Amino acid sequence: MKTDAYEAVIGLEVHAHMLTRSKLFCGCATEFGAPPNHNVCPVCMAMPGVLPVLNRHVVELAIRTGLAAHSEIAPHSVFARKSYFYPDLPKGYQISQYDEPLCRGGYIELAARQDGEPRRIRLVRIHLEEDAGKNIHAESASLVDFNRSGVPLMEIVSEPDLRSPEEAVAYLRELRGILVAVGASDGKMEEGSLRCDVNVSVRPRDATELGARTEIKNLNSFRFVEKAIVYEVNRQIEEIAAGRRIAQETHLWDPEREVTRPMRSKEFANDYRYFPEPDLPPLIVPPDLVEKIKAEMPDLPAQQREKYARDFGLTTYEVSVLLGRNDLGDYFVNVLAQGINAKTAANWIMTEVLRAVNESAQPLEKAAPQPQETGALLRMVEDSRISLNAAKSAFAAMCRSGKGAQATVAELGLAQVSDEAAIAEACDRVLAAEGAKLAEYRAGREKLYGFFVGAVMKAMGGKGNPKVVNEVLRRKLAG
Amino acid sequence: MGSELNRLTISEARERLRRREITSRELTRDCLERIAALEPRLNAFITVCETEAMAQAAEADRRLAQSDAPSLCGIPLGIKDIYCTRGVRTTCASKILGNFTPPFDATVIEKLRAEGAVFVGKANMDEFAMGSSTENSAFGPTRNPHDLERVAGGSSGGSAAAVAADECLASLGTDTGGSIRLPASFCGVVGIKPTYSRVSRYGVVAYASSLDQVGPLARTVRDAAAVLRAVAGADPRDSTCSARPVPDYERALSGEVRGMRIGVPREYFVEGMDGAVEGAVRGALKRLESMGARTVEISLPHTDYAVAAYYLIATAEASANLARYDGVRYGLRAGADNNIELYNRTRAQGFGAEVKRRIMLGTFALSAGYYDAYYLKAQKVRTLIRRDFERAFESCDLVAAPVAPTTAFRLGEKTGDPLKMYLSDIFTISVNLAGLPAMSVPCGADEGALPIGLQLIGPPFGEEAILRAGDAWERAGGFARRAPQL
Amino acid sequence: MLELPAMAQEKISLEQVRHVARLARLELAPAEEESLRAEMSEMLGYVDKLNELATDKVAPTAQVGESGTPLREDAVTNHAAAEAMLANAPARDGFFFKVPKIIE
Repeated sequence: MKTDAYEAVIGLEVHAHMLTRSKLFCGCATEFGAPPNHNVCPVCMAMPGVLPVLNRHVVELAIRTGLAAHSEIAPHSVFARKSYFYPDLPKGYQISQYDEPLCRGGYIELAARQDGEPRRIRLVRIHLEEDAGKNIHAESASLVDFNRSGVPLMEIVSEPDLRSPEEAVAYLRELRGILVAVGASDGKMEEGSLRCDVNVSVRPRDATELGARTEIKNLNSFRFVEKAIVYEVNRQIEEIAAGRRIAQETHLWDPEREVTRPMRSKEFANDYRYFPEPDLPPLIVPPDLVEKIKAEMPDLPAQQREKYARDFGLTTYEVSVLLGRNDLGDYFVNVLAQGINAKTAANWIMTEVLRAVNESAQPLEKAAPQPQETGALLRMVEDSRISLNAAKSAFAAMCRSGKGAQATVAELGLAQVSDEAAIAEACDRVLAAEGAKLAEYRAGREKLYGFFVGAVMKAMGGKGNPKVVNEVLRRKLAG
Repeated sequence: MGSELNRLTISEARERLRRREITSRELTRDCLERIAALEPRLNAFITVCETEAMAQAAEADRRLAQSDAPSLCGIPLGIKDIYCTRGVRTTCASKILGNFTPPFDATVIEKLRAEGAVFVGKANMDEFAMGSSTENSAFGPTRNPHDLERVAGGSSGGSAAAVAADECLASLGTDTGGSIRLPASFCGVVGIKPTYSRVSRYGVVAYASSLDQVGPLARTVRDAAAVLRAVAGADPRDSTCSARPVPDYERALSGEVRGMRIGVPREYFVEGMDGAVEGAVRGALKRLESMGARTVEISLPHTDYAVAAYYLIATAEASANLARYDGVRYGLRAGADNNIELYNRTRAQGFGAEVKRRIMLGTFALSAGYYDAYYLKAQKVRTLIRRDFERAFESCDLVAAPVAPTTAFRLGEKTGDPLKMYLSDIFTISVNLAGLPAMSVPCGADEGALPIGLQLIGPPFGEEAILRAGDAWERAGGFARRAPQL
Repeated sequence: MLELPAMAQEKISLEQVRHVARLARLELAPAEEESLRAEMSEMLGYVDKLNELATDKVAPTAQVGESGTPLREDAVTNHAAAEAMLANAPARDGFFFKVPKIIE
């Protein structure tokens, strides 16, 4: 940020596509990739007379999320109709929870940075709503596909408790971790599973009142969230410094030019005429259902972090890397299952595995070998059957070929030679060829020891087991 | 021909079909012939389903021959054109759905198919069920079989007229503010508006979702009870539909009203009420008293506010329910260069004047700044009206009242004055706001031989009590049904 | 919120009628605007009678059925029937519904 005289006040509204088989109000599939208008039925196409019926799993996932975020689970919540016209909105209204959402209040705790206290970001609410279809804008006409119409969404609204772009991203990462941990979402921002609207305002550092805010719509990556906030905060500070007022308006992020710009204001966009959905009685959540879900809650990111640090003796940094992606934690655990030391496994994953993922730009399961194979490879290092360098070469080859550890090590001939006779023979050859140096050594020039080790290793094509080589060589040199 | 099987009641036809004295094909053919003869004058149907009906009748005859005959097997019914019927055009009497053919059946249609019923046609109605006279139909008004210069009542005017004129044995209507009871009263047939949630609304084109309810129209209480039993009950596709078991309504018809306490609300006998209507209703009550029922005066103090509350709630819900008619996926589409024009023009061309009026009023009632003053206020008054009935049913088993202050009015008499038209529903609307079951049963006629209906209102799920009283009244001679002179 | 006109017989102005028509996406001819203004004014005047009732402490009734919406199991029960779903389309392009150019 450009000046310390101001602070940013940021709130996030996150829309998460929920992991369900069927839609929110009908039995159509939610899967991606079907041909247009194939996952549709009279209900999600809003044919005359059709009615919604709520998906149980959606309610359970929202309750899990609410419990994870310390929200109050409302025993009585209500769906409403939000009216506006758009070709991808078949009913002319969206069914969404409004003034009586399922989860109310709560907070998400951000892990402490090196210098500070953990931060609690309060939530306003978590509510359920349905997605719209998709418009494809062609030259003279538009095309509409209703496959997404009625797919369940969960909206998680934070209080304006965030104070910097970095903190906003940290919040978003933590929230994503929670959603993934409870199985509510796959957390794949790049595939649109999470979308984020950001409310930003700035105010003088000593002020307590909020400034006028802008809303930046539809950000779909951590990078965009961060950049859009940085841009918007700076823009607002400049505006204020120039004596202009901040207009309360909606902006869009332009990723090409890396600027936000105001949306053309949709006429009447804000008169949604909400009223209670008469086709759905209130959602009643009995206390025993909440208790049951509480009893079955999986480990949340904060608990996982604690567990990793405690059980595996890893540093905060190592834990944050391993659990920073939703796939590395499982990979790590599966490598450990091969009896590998936790530090070794963590280091290997943080360097070799992540490098493979970054270089290939593929998801983990395609970019790197199966964790069992990586474990088998590290096992060979620990058993001194291959060297660390050999393991690195083997790993790179495994990433390319998809072959197993054993096969690759064999194929590349990387196995170490520990056989004493073979090593003794190599030593004898070297000592015979280097008579002059041997004499010098025996005369007291012990610095030459390293030269002999290198020569023996070279004679063995680098495959000699260093430990055995050392033993045998010292014996031979001693004569 | 001259067999006139179309004049049979369901009870009679059912017996004769079972005894194989007649076939469903004969019965259906008589109905279709009657329809062909009367429709040019009556206009009770928007679509006549001759081919489909004869195929259904043949299938019913096959089932009857195998003694696999469910309750309505082979019975020709009229279906209000508000029910989605797979493969048969469903217009809701609107230009905007003039070419819409649903790819699915409403739940009650599915149930009736399973019961072996025959659908002779899709009955005329007020567009989107918005009206009290069936004059708001894009397909022209339905005329009253008792006087072709008069309205059939609405919105289920086609369903009532078709039954009264023997074009079918019974029919399905819908009732949001009186849309079954008013036309039943005007046409001299029985019409039941069940408890809200008693019958599934899935596939019934929505007007006002918290008020709409499905119900039968028939020539006798017993027939209406048979159709109600066939369509009532749980539906996993309607979240507002009750899972309560459905009683065998016909078994409730004991003919016995001794000890029954009938509440008579003083607010329903108002000044300016047609003398013949009051006379007929009071006469029926006297008769029921003579059979052992007891009348008690009750008060429903918020009656006078019902029409106002209703027209805010119903139109608000309608404004959202009718937003889906946008020219994108089905129905009428007006020529347009962009999506905004598409909506504005399609809806301007597709909806009739009354529908536009209600969409406008409902949109206004929900709009920013007016929600509390109009929509929310109306919902609160709705609570008061419910409480009126809760209190009344502490001292009576059912409530009796007129259905309407007058008999059928002349075509065009009220079309120029929407509020006057709305006030036709003054005695029927409270029941919808409170979600109660109610029935119109013929109880007399005015000097012009126009039918008058007695309204019997029950507590929630009190269908059996009102059916028993209505049936007892019919058995005791009630009002001898006069076939309309056509 | 637009102010209500003072005169009781004009509960709604022409400007408000136009605003509501835009919200409801209804193109109105000038004569329709006039008659709707008159009819809506009459209705709004009539419903004013609700204000005779004190309702501050009355809870609203949105629905009269049973509370507790039923929940369905999360199962895919519909199977692709794109042709049936598109059969009523006023215009289509392959499996897409086709509409005129979309503007905000």
